[in-house]
Amino acid sequence: MKKTGAQILVESLLAEGVDTIFGYPGGQALPIYDALYDADIRHILTRHEQGAAHAADGYARASGKPGVCLATSGPGATNLVTGIANAYMDSIPLVAITGQVPTSMLGRDSFQEADITGITLPITKHNYLVKDVNDLAKIVREAFYIATTGRPGPVLIDMPRDVSAGETDYTDPGPVHLPGYDIKKDPDPEQVARAVRAIEEAERPVIYAGGGVINANAHVELLKFAEMLLAPVATTLMGLGGFPGNHPLSVGMLGMHGSKYANYAVSECDLLIGVGVRFDDRVTSKLEAFAPNATVVHIDIDPAEIGKNVGVDIPVVGDVRATLRELAGRLQPRLASRWRDKIQTWKKEYPIEFEENGRIKPQEVIREIYNATGGNARITTEVGQHQMWAAHYYTYTRPRTFISSGGLGTMGFGFPAAIGVQLACPGETVIDIAGDGSIQMNIQELATAVSHKLPVKIAILNNGFLGMVRQWQELFYNRRYSYTELDNPDFVKIAEAYGAVGIRVDKKSEVRPALDEALRVDKPVVLDFQIEREENVLPMVPPGEAINNMLG
Amino acid sequence: MRHTLAVLVENNPGVLARVAGLFSRRGFNIDSLAVGRTESPDVSRMTIVVEGDERVLEQVNKQLHKLVDVIKINDITADEYVDRELVLIKVNADPAQRGEVMQIADVFRARIVDLGRKTVTLECTGNDGKINAFEESLRPYGIKELVRTGKIAMLRGTKYTGLQENGD
Ligand SMILES: Cc1ncc(C[n+]2csc(CCOP(=O)(O)OP(=O)(O)O)c2C)c(N)n1
Ligand SMILES: [Mg+2]
Repeated sequence: MKKTGAQILVESLLAEGVDTIFGYPGGQALPIYDALYDADIRHILTRHEQGAAHAADGYARASGKPGVCLATSGPGATNLVTGIANAYMDSIPLVAITGQVPTSMLGRDSFQEADITGITLPITKHNYLVKDVNDLAKIVREAFYIATTGRPGPVLIDMPRDVSAGETDYTDPGPVHLPGYDIKKDPDPEQVARAVRAIEEAERPVIYAGGGVINANAHVELLKFAEMLLAPVATTLMGLGGFPGNHPLSVGMLGMHGSKYANYAVSECDLLIGVGVRFDDRVTSKLEAFAPNATVVHIDIDPAEIGKNVGVDIPVVGDVRATLRELAGRLQPRLASRWRDKIQTWKKEYPIEFEENGRIKPQEVIREIYNATGGNARITTEVGQHQMWAAHYYTYTRPRTFISSGGLGTMGFGFPAAIGVQLACPGETVIDIAGDGSIQMNIQELATAVSHKLPVKIAILNNGFLGMVRQWQELFYNRRYSYTELDNPDFVKIAEAYGAVGIRVDKKSEVRPALDEALRVDKPVVLDFQIEREENVLPMVPPGEAINNMLG
Repeated sequence: MRHTLAVLVENNPGVLARVAGLFSRRGFNIDSLAVGRTESPDVSRMTIVVEGDERVLEQVNKQLHKLVDVIKINDITADEYVDRELVLIKVNADPAQRGEVMQIADVFRARIVDLGRKTVTLECTGNDGKINAFEESLRPYGIKELVRTGKIAMLRGTKYTGLQENGD
């Protein structure tokens, strides 16, 4: 039976198990939208394509399934770009589909033509411009395969209008055959043996765990591995939740805004085991001084990550979960560790803390969010100081409960992501911890949340500043607050105008009652916490310093 | 150090942009890049000459591997291989100088492919060193135009870097 390209696309999406997509229509996407009209796929109409990309990204991070977003050609496609780059930097499986001008019009600067495969070349794992409807089913299958296997990432499919409107016989494309794409899941036994030897010899091992642990669903294996070694576990921002934050071996986050005890542990360890990490500069700071006395073992599915930023003594290329299992199978559990005891004393000596006063402190708001939700919420964040406080003062014990823009640091990510998370996790509490600056970057998605009856909560830590930038100006630019103070709108009125609930909180004593109220209402709620305006995120590694050289 | 890579890629549109984009994005230095069809119509072969230390080369290799269209990469620098490049040079040569230019051409086993009133166009093939020397010898006469193909290379003997596994 003949089918149109758009119908084949829908069938292919269903075959990949897609039940939800996020999108925004337009001329060159008309055939696709027509096929979606009576398809068995839930389409969430966001109010901006960037929102669609971030929502799909949030959906993927919370569910572990690929997220799918859809936009029209030209401006629709370019509006996806930040979202695609965001997913690329954090290795999130995302399939982005764009409408395109008909093949006969390509390359002529046609109305709403943008070379989106060219534009997204450096920010996708792979991309396709479909030129023949007969290739479509195969391409969609490949796209999902590439997005979700190995190191995950975004894949874009650009569909000219004559391809989505053109007809052909649909046949199942069968299994994927990509000669240039191979993934090594099982680690090399030789490399594993070397890692085992190094672990056995180490007196002061530290595990440095990142987003790869969550991508590989390896949290159970990581816990077991750490307990066998009695090794402290420091996570990256992306790794939060990959190891229970309340576990005695957890030392929280490391790096620029890590805990002192995590950074001290890394600086003094004799063996550093990187697990699903990429030695990002926000973690390592001054490279020469990062883990200076350690033998470095690096476990990752992506061989290109090994040796990219730091020299690695023992590379172990493979699936993180399979590798941790393999390693644990060959190790004897340790019964005692002076090193662990030392770290326990550091934890007591250098806790992450803040000073309370009569005003609302941001740290306190986060702590109350933790208490009010019993630590069971899914938290998303925007980017800035509030993001770091959300990392410090809420304890994440399960993977996929802390969802934040790590690599790209995208303001405006958290709220649309929260919408995606809520759709992936109906019935759960989803809170976007936001800044007053960031929330205004995608605040239009309140309409999406209201119209789809998604009870997402937004907790704005309103300091009247682009706080993180202000902090740098305070510390390193002599308090010259150049264009970082904000004249904000009335967030309560904005919430109400969209049909959501708005609550302003300007007294300490109202923080918890307001949170309880927000959690009680089955609607989107905007909480506007009027916090201390010039609070700083501490501790902090000044730029270019060694990570054990912290302020605060 | 300079490395010569033989890279087999799927003959898809955009593959050259992917490879070139990767090199510029990651700050790898390409000395030359030559690309063309191979014995199999779906596969193209790129000969890439890249400058860098061991660590850079390792990254070049690994990052290239991540491109879905890249099928196989061989760093043949350390192997025995034949390499060739072709150059076309249009050089000033009024009738008085022509004899000298032709002598130089002879020495390098170059061929004259076109004659103008005041110019001669020469074709020469060889390895890097020979082409460079040829160019230098002609420079005093005034080079009007020069174009090089970039190097292509192939392993000597029965070894090959094609799609099939090596027989030996
Ligand atoms: C899209 C984007 N633009 C600019 C920045 C640079 N930036 C990083 S943090 C920040 C301030 C964020 O302000 P706000 O959302 O109010 O959070 P706060 O730091 O005050 O908690 C800025 C401008 C960014 N990360 N993303
Ligand atoms: Mg702010």
